[in-house]
Amino acid sequence: MSQSYNRGLIEDFGRWREFSAGMWAWIFHKFTGWVLVGYLFTHIAVLSTAIPAAGQEAAVLQAGDDIYTQTIVTLEELLLVRILEVGLLAVAVFHILNGTRLLLIDLGIGLESQDKSFYASLILTGAITVASVPTFIAGAF
Amino acid sequence: MSTQVPEQQEEPTEAAAETETQIPSKGDARRAEKRRRAAERRAQKQAEEAERAAADEDTIELKVFRYDPEVEGKQEPRFDTFHVPFTKGMTVLDALMYARDTYDSSLTFRHSCRQAICGSDAMFVNGTQKLACKTQISELQEPIRVEPLPHAEVTKDLVIEMEHFYEQMHAVEPYFQTNELPDGELEEQRQSRENREKIKMSTRCIWCSACMSSCNIAAGDNEYLGPAAINKAYRFAMDEREGEDIKQKRLEIIEQEHGVWRCQTQFSCTEVCPKDIPLTEHIQELKREAVKNNLKFW
Repeated sequence: MSQSYNRGLIEDFGRWREFSAGMWAWIFHKFTGWVLVGYLFTHIAVLSTAIPAAGQEAAVLQAGDDIYTQTIVTLEELLLVRILEVGLLAVAVFHILNGTRLLLIDLGIGLESQDKSFYASLILTGAITVASVPTFIAGAF
Repeated sequence: MSTQVPEQQEEPTEAAAETETQIPSKGDARRAEKRRRAAERRAQKQAEEAERAAADEDTIELKVFRYDPEVEGKQEPRFDTFHVPFTKGMTVLDALMYARDTYDSSLTFRHSCRQAICGSDAMFVNGTQKLACKTQISELQEPIRVEPLPHAEVTKDLVIEMEHFYEQMHAVEPYFQTNELPDGELEEQRQSRENREKIKMSTRCIWCSACMSSCNIAAGDNEYLGPAAINKAYRFAMDEREGEDIKQKRLEIIEQEHGVWRCQTQFSCTEVCPKDIPLTEHIQELKREAVKNNLKFW
């Protein structure tokens, strides 16, 4: 294969207005993927610091005084955490739907309507997110 | 509308100084005078033309990327504005040619057949890769921005360096090869109708490099074969007449590190292809072929 010579590196994201559906799908998929990876590590960090709860007496667990329950309750009291949870759901749903879309593309199904399936996954993500808001935000105020 | 750089205005005095040091003959002086007057006339005509075009209602505004590494005043890339009278059915290439012939003969761009067959005039028009001779002015929003294809080095104005693209095309061995020759010496190598249908779209490629330029992956990974080259590989890998061992060889080329697996299905290439080749579909099919080829159940 030929040796490289500089073609002025990577995409110019300054022209994002001109990006088409497929490009947006790719950007969102990358973005949501990284967010999910980031969340996974925070999740592990939070849970592992709450692990001493496992060694607690049954009575303490029952009363809800253990570190695990305390951590979760404190977190859930914060409005920011509630809002972030809605965001997390949106990110995960989009990643799942677009992942399914990519799976179909890899199988060679519906390549002509790839832009429509992207819009569909966006709309579905929006709908599910909006529907989840009452559940997540309830009692936060 | 002057597209001349200020530096060039000094030329007549320089030329005069030169003739002074030599022995100025009458003929030289006359010719110099004639040249000067011709230049004056041309400048006047250009100015008139520009004025008329600007005053005319049915003109289009063209913003063209300009760059010339050989002229000092043009080394900094800039945009020149041209007003071109609109005629029905005018393409971007027509407008560029009008601008070149009327206003600035140094405006440089590639074109040849003007009917979307030669693939020389792929450009970046209003933010997408287009074939200038196939793009109607009436379908574009004004002012029309014409730039050289992105992700390639610019040689001059709208001309880009195509060598890298050609190298990638050649890397997939874009020619028919086979070890299975027919028995009779004069017998033809016939292709079935179904097989011809299968590769039909992939044979349409005109090597314009619009897809390569639109590909985000090819921009970041210079060794990536790119959509056009993979499409070429598809055209031959799917040709049944080439036989099994040649197909193996072709799959080895396309499934290497910078081959089909770089494609992340952004569909940019499929969207810009002026010949409507379903490039992503072909790349995806080659991916599946490569997997099937390497999967063994025993």
